[in-house]
Amino acid sequence: MDDLLQEFLTETNESLDVADAELVKFERDPNNREILNNIFRLVHTIKGTCGFIGLSRLAALAHAAETLMDKFREGMPVTPEAVSLVLVSIDRIKGLLADLERNGGTEPEGSDADLIDQLLEMAAREAVEAAPPPPPAPVVPLKPLGQSLERELLPGEIPLDELERIFRMTESDVPVKPAKAPAPAPKPAAKAKAPAPAPVKEVVAEAPKPAVAKPAAASPAKEPVIAVQKDEDGGHGTPIANQSIRVGVGMLEHLMTMVSELVLTRNQLLEIARRNEDHDYKVSLQRLSNVTGELQDAIMRTRMQPIGNAWQKLPRIVRDLAQELGKQVDLEMHGSETELDRQVLDQIKDPLTHMVRNSADHGLESPEERRRAGKPEKGMIRLSAYHEGGFVIVKISDDGKGLDLARIKAKALENGLADEAELAKMSDGQIFRFIFAAGFSTAAKVTSVSGRGVGMDVVRSNIEAIGGTVDVQSKAGAGSTFVIKIPLTLAIMPALIVEVSGDRFAIPQNSVLELVRVKTDSEHAVRRLNDAPVLCLRNQLLPILHLGRLLGIVDAKQDMTDQEFENRLIAVMHVGNQSFGVVVDSVSHTEEIVVKPMASVLRSVSLVSGSTILGDGHVIMIVDPNGLAQSVAATGETAAANVLASSVHSDEDADALMSLLLFRAGTQDISAVPLSLVTRLEELDQATIEHVDGRSVIQYRGKLIPILVATGAPAQKGEGTRPMLIFSHENQVMGLAVDEIVDIVESRLDLEIASTSPHSIGGAIINGRATEVLDVGYFLSQAFTEDSRDTQTRTEQPRLLLVDDSPFFRNLLQPVLKGRGYAVTACASAHEALQRLASDNRYAAIVSDVEMPEMDGFSFAEAVRGQLGMTDVPIIAMAGSNPSLAIQRGRAAGFTDCVAKFDRPGLISALQEFTGTAQGEAA
Amino acid sequence: MSKTQDAAEKAVGTIQYVTVRIAGQLFGVPIEIVHEVFTPDRITRVPMAPAEIEGVLNLRGRIVTMVNMRRLLGLSSTGEAKTAVGIERFGEAFGLIIDEVGEVLVLEGAKREANPANLDPRWAELIVGVHRLANELMLVLNVERALARLGAKRNAA
Repeated sequence: MDDLLQEFLTETNESLDVADAELVKFERDPNNREILNNIFRLVHTIKGTCGFIGLSRLAALAHAAETLMDKFREGMPVTPEAVSLVLVSIDRIKGLLADLERNGGTEPEGSDADLIDQLLEMAAREAVEAAPPPPPAPVVPLKPLGQSLERELLPGEIPLDELERIFRMTESDVPVKPAKAPAPAPKPAAKAKAPAPAPVKEVVAEAPKPAVAKPAAASPAKEPVIAVQKDEDGGHGTPIANQSIRVGVGMLEHLMTMVSELVLTRNQLLEIARRNEDHDYKVSLQRLSNVTGELQDAIMRTRMQPIGNAWQKLPRIVRDLAQELGKQVDLEMHGSETELDRQVLDQIKDPLTHMVRNSADHGLESPEERRRAGKPEKGMIRLSAYHEGGFVIVKISDDGKGLDLARIKAKALENGLADEAELAKMSDGQIFRFIFAAGFSTAAKVTSVSGRGVGMDVVRSNIEAIGGTVDVQSKAGAGSTFVIKIPLTLAIMPALIVEVSGDRFAIPQNSVLELVRVKTDSEHAVRRLNDAPVLCLRNQLLPILHLGRLLGIVDAKQDMTDQEFENRLIAVMHVGNQSFGVVVDSVSHTEEIVVKPMASVLRSVSLVSGSTILGDGHVIMIVDPNGLAQSVAATGETAAANVLASSVHSDEDADALMSLLLFRAGTQDISAVPLSLVTRLEELDQATIEHVDGRSVIQYRGKLIPILVATGAPAQKGEGTRPMLIFSHENQVMGLAVDEIVDIVESRLDLEIASTSPHSIGGAIINGRATEVLDVGYFLSQAFTEDSRDTQTRTEQPRLLLVDDSPFFRNLLQPVLKGRGYAVTACASAHEALQRLASDNRYAAIVSDVEMPEMDGFSFAEAVRGQLGMTDVPIIAMAGSNPSLAIQRGRAAGFTDCVAKFDRPGLISALQEFTGTAQGEAA
Repeated sequence: MSKTQDAAEKAVGTIQYVTVRIAGQLFGVPIEIVHEVFTPDRITRVPMAPAEIEGVLNLRGRIVTMVNMRRLLGLSSTGEAKTAVGIERFGEAFGLIIDEVGEVLVLEGAKREANPANLDPRWAELIVGVHRLANELMLVLNVERALARLGAKRNAA
């Protein structure tokens, strides 16, 4: 393709983008002549250039669009249809240009008669209706420059005002020409010959390239007057055009690389200077160092571009979307002048566009819904960007309906990202973050815009790829805000140089919050939760990663003992919304490092994002904070999976291991509760305890929750803090204040002694110590006495037969069921239950385990239905491993319903449903 | 940048080979692709990298990926390798760690013999022929293929 054409394509595409944005603005503000003139000029330039290069099809289309816009200038009312038509024409031009590029310079076959006819027809129709032109809007220059291209002039471009002036001049001098024969203003020869990939292009200032005579048909008499006025207003564009030049990106990249090398060399020299006491060259070296620093800054700045460049297309996208979806959307943009590295800018362009589309599509409601919600019909999407530290923060917020928490939960369950128990323990923020998981889309229906389940995960990975993070905040009914945090530049960054078993690594400093030295008796102590070490730091529990083990340079099998942690340094890092500690041996210093990409064969190492050369000449690896954060999440998942696995096991086998939370409360003795029943661990500030109606409560996440101590008594207000276990059951949430969390263990749970007190299930040997296993159900019923009394008084106590071979579950469920107002008879085997039923069949329902030795739940149900002929009594099965399978088989065997074994709310509601109907029938 | 080895291979007439010794075996590498011979110093190991990659080092401001040729060829890795041959592939610098560098031989391309059929298939991919010297055999090593295998193995893993 010849250079001229290449040049034309680049420039025309840029002009079209501007025209796009301007048109959208114009639609909202049809009286703004400034904008209209801008668009007109852009389209006009395109038309002229096309004609000049001999692209007749493009020229004809641009001409028709120009004709219509000319009518606007004559005062024709601006309608959305007309603007749409112009936009469609611009799209067609873009399409033609793309084809042109593919075909290597030949215009594609075909005709645009359809569009041209429409354009001309609209122009003609409106011309008839056209009222006398409204008084011209006061000419207020948008920018001091007087020409409102929404960007800096590209190097080598001629300011529009200047162009316009030349147009006028040609017009007055040259006799009127027919539309399709533009006067060829010869291009400067130097330009035409310049090879396209040349790193530096000459300044073109001699003659404006697209200067083409204006076709008479399209130039109304009034126009020159306006243009002249404008010239007087702001005709000072020329010097700017002369001051900037177009430089190839490759050249800049090369300069950047060289400066990086220079920085390295400087660092090496400084290192040598530190070792030598020879002062002769110190002053020169200092000077060199300063100059290098400035040079680095300057070169960095050449790579900087305003983020507005990435936003340019958004107004058009939002407008089209709004029309398509029948919504009204306002797009506000703040801080478009915020600059960032063009490499970074390129990377976030697509994610940003996607997120804005998302906000318009599912964030904002339809005008009707908005009216009903008492909001203005016009939705608002707000983009803002600003600098913070070494980062650029970009926020995309809408005032729509917010994320649908329930649907995200359901979807997370469906996709197997988390189970009920895990979800219950998660904060809303954590749940919202699921939308960034792969294949996750909550859009109920797939629109052309979004809802295909690709997107947010791609957005996240794009942003993480450049060392950024993305997070979401949302409030039901009030809208959501996406916050993207991206580094200003990827090339040079400050880093913490740490050492791990003899190897040094660089950790990007902007993700390190602080350094902490571990001291057992200080507040910076390392504790263990289920053997996993955590750092206690100002009321926060942070997971600890061992860098050496993660990277495989230290034997991973042996876990660190508490003594080993003593006096170790932990870098507290914050990535995304995750905080964690990273154990290192020592920290040597911080240094501005130049990031060197890894060799392609090493790029798959996930925890290392690059390498760098230190001042002493050594190469070291740069640790990837995102990789660390992911491995925190991964270990968390395996831990959760372990807990899950163990609980599933105990379903099948009472002897299997179970995770227990051990704590001290009241005495020196250890108490335990199954970890799966604990929703959360919190720190209770005893001063916040309040008393309501004889109960101790605290405000917890916007709710009042009762607080008990381990004896079942209400907690008393006091000083200081103590650990608190949060149990939740259906909507009931309560706190159990304890003295100290001791450990989380995997242990066999054999109840050795039966309980004598109501608050415990019994005693067991756990880790070789006698431990009292507390009954969570008892505490819940104590905390919510009134609620359970309600249930008791409401109905006559229905009788339940509970069949379960595991003593633990019998003991666990009995109090829960009793608390809900049932009289429970427990049997340890199906045979025992059948015997009981044979002598006494007045039970409102039977709750049976599925997996039991000798006779399982299915055979039991068959026996009840068949042998005993009890066809009406509801039998609710509790399935451990595979509820859906159990449901299928169970229906045939005679189960009324089947619930998962840990799903206590499910069991209760099934009981309420079925005992209710059973009683109704009996009465 | 130097000619690619495949191009060099096709050249008629004589070829200059840099001979290198890896665990006793003599290999020849076309001189065009060898940028330099250097002594690897202060190699930084790369965690979780493929075993054949010894690490990276700074060679006059460039980061060079060091490949342990013994491991790549499946030879015993005992004994200390002290020399490296610097080559470049797709703009990235590699250093092949070998035992020692020998002399430069000028050999006639026509005299190169095909690989014996019973050559270990692992090697057959990387060796493009054999030259019979006075008292031993010199295997012609295609460095590009050797390095490509490095990448491919990673991708497969």
